[in-house]
Amino acid sequence: MNLGPMLSLAWFVALVPLLTACVLGFIRHPGTASLVNQAAAVLAFVLALLLPFSTDPGGLWLAPDDLGIHFAILTSFIGVSAALMSGPYIRIELETGRMTPTRARAYHALFQAFLGFLLLGLLADNAGLTWIAIEAATLSCVLVVGLAGTPRAVEASWRFFIVCGVGIALALFGTIVLYLAASAAVGTGFAAMSWRAITAAAPRCNGLVLNLAFVFLLLGYGTKAALAPLHAWMPGAHAEGPTPVSAVLSGSLLNVAICVILRTRHILASNPMAISPNDALIALGLASVLLGGISLWRRADAKRFFAFSTMEQSGLAVFGFGIGATGAALLHLTLHTLAKAALYQCLGHAAQRKGGQSFTEIKGLIASDRTLGLSLAASIIAVAALPPFGMIVSLFLILSFTAAHTPWLAVPLLIGIGAGAVALIHRLQTLCLGPPTPSKFPPVAALTLLPALVLLGLTILLGFAMPPPVAAWFARIATELTP
Amino acid sequence: MPAATGFGVFDYDMEHLLEGVALLFSFVLLYQRRLSAVINTYTAQALTVAASCFWQSHVQHSGDLFATGVVTLLAKGIGFPWALNRIAKQTHAAGSVEMSFGVYPSLALGVFLACLALLVVMRIPAGAALTRETLAMSLSVLLLGLAMMVTRGSALTQTIGFLSVENGLALAAVGMPGMPIVVELSVAFLVMIAFIVFGIFFFRIRAQFDSLELHHLDRITESPE
Repeated sequence: MNLGPMLSLAWFVALVPLLTACVLGFIRHPGTASLVNQAAAVLAFVLALLLPFSTDPGGLWLAPDDLGIHFAILTSFIGVSAALMSGPYIRIELETGRMTPTRARAYHALFQAFLGFLLLGLLADNAGLTWIAIEAATLSCVLVVGLAGTPRAVEASWRFFIVCGVGIALALFGTIVLYLAASAAVGTGFAAMSWRAITAAAPRCNGLVLNLAFVFLLLGYGTKAALAPLHAWMPGAHAEGPTPVSAVLSGSLLNVAICVILRTRHILASNPMAISPNDALIALGLASVLLGGISLWRRADAKRFFAFSTMEQSGLAVFGFGIGATGAALLHLTLHTLAKAALYQCLGHAAQRKGGQSFTEIKGLIASDRTLGLSLAASIIAVAALPPFGMIVSLFLILSFTAAHTPWLAVPLLIGIGAGAVALIHRLQTLCLGPPTPSKFPPVAALTLLPALVLLGLTILLGFAMPPPVAAWFARIATELTP
Repeated sequence: MPAATGFGVFDYDMEHLLEGVALLFSFVLLYQRRLSAVINTYTAQALTVAASCFWQSHVQHSGDLFATGVVTLLAKGIGFPWALNRIAKQTHAAGSVEMSFGVYPSLALGVFLACLALLVVMRIPAGAALTRETLAMSLSVLLLGLAMMVTRGSALTQTIGFLSVENGLALAAVGMPGMPIVVELSVAFLVMIAFIVFGIFFFRIRAQFDSLELHHLDRITESPE
């Protein structure tokens, strides 16, 4: 059996964080661990950037498609900014005694493991390997969330575990059924697990078996993508985990799951006998937008609050994929990942400064910390899809596409988005404006906000002045995703 | 791969006997009241799944499936039951009666779910007869495991429900002819289950909760502003 080139570029992208995770398990000094963590994240990002230019056809295990490469670049970039934030964040957690050195060591190792498995899942061309990678990423993430060891953190990670465990079980069943469907068309063995081979052979597969596979894959990976009503794990996991991980979690774990759902959608849409996968995406996406937007109104915890906003925005992207606004939805997902990562970084610093993460503890940030308050305000505006940030563009594209093709769906969509945006602006006012609450800890250096500001700058650039090669790249993926 | 499949062919009948026994244990799990009995039933189901792995490895001439069988036997037939019994002993819950559903409603739910699985899967044309019935059986085991997770109140019995879901998945994976990386998939899943079982240990050792009842956990969720 020819295993193909075992060490292609894609392997390096995934192996750098995974091997670094092993090394970080042995580094006792938190400062050194933090530097190694940052260096590995930067290296993985640089390698991921080379992926679009790689002519390597890929091997049996890893043969990334453009969608996978796109999300791999995005994930590794978010990884860099989160690793840069981890340095000062962990230092303060250690100084204030909220984290022990042993736990800081576990944090760094798990961070890289989480990143590595996410990248592996994105770049894998084998449905089984994708499943294993996402399962392992979930495991490392559950451990990070429970790291604080407080009852709330343990509760959040337990719920994360049980809900995602069920999701993972359903996804595995879907993978097995997908193999069954594909093996009838391409023969048994590895070919029947390759995303590319299955997509190419989709018209010859049995439609009924594909339907069954799709139901389980959608429910299973939909749990990971936090689509309503499968989102129960997400708010707690965001609220209790260390903030740099919330930033990665908020975009990237969701993106990996959405990436798999999109591949499955492509397979089903290529088969004339199978059900239309888009209706399911529209229904789940719309439910997420509505539930997320309305849930924003009764939250007391800031990190939990913004987790619901993540659910709303990724639901909107899934809705966009469902109605056929593929390019706009991809842009929306990308911009939201960048903006939300920036937001969690600012919020993490604010929560550390004020010594708490509830809305009653963080108030009037601009008056007490001008730069931090302004950055947080800017990132909330970005996440609310308001100008001058790029998400307004993708939101407008999705909305106008909906209004043109299915006008009656635009109404509930607008209600959900409107409810969410108003809630975000309301919280912007209490978090950033007005008289400040007392600060319990020293202010953060302005330089530590730089990664968040770079992320915000990118959302403006991608929304309003996208460089032509990047625009061509987006168009190419959108074409590939349209069967 | 046997040349002929269908009722009356020994390979086929043996496989379905094992799957049927596993499904029967799923029904038993649904109505068992005592925790020690639940653990014993789970062990019996896991051993049946291990037997199914070995039988499939014999039928398909696959070394991979033999390895899966060994892993299943060691982890699920011996390791997990031992750990679960220890937790039950530590929490003095071995003889406890806990059931949020009555016996008859639980069984009615089980019959409904098994029928649902059969109706869904049997619509697939009989082109791959061997796998079609296997899929129906394993889907039934999976759904009954999920039902157990929903109808049971404590973290420990919910975990056993999850373990039973995994048994259904293992049955499906080994029943697919020529499916690659079955060993890797099952090991990855078992690692996750080991973490869950370890997590329950952890709960007890840290003594953060008075009991494993899940509504104690719900107490500390966020209250609206």
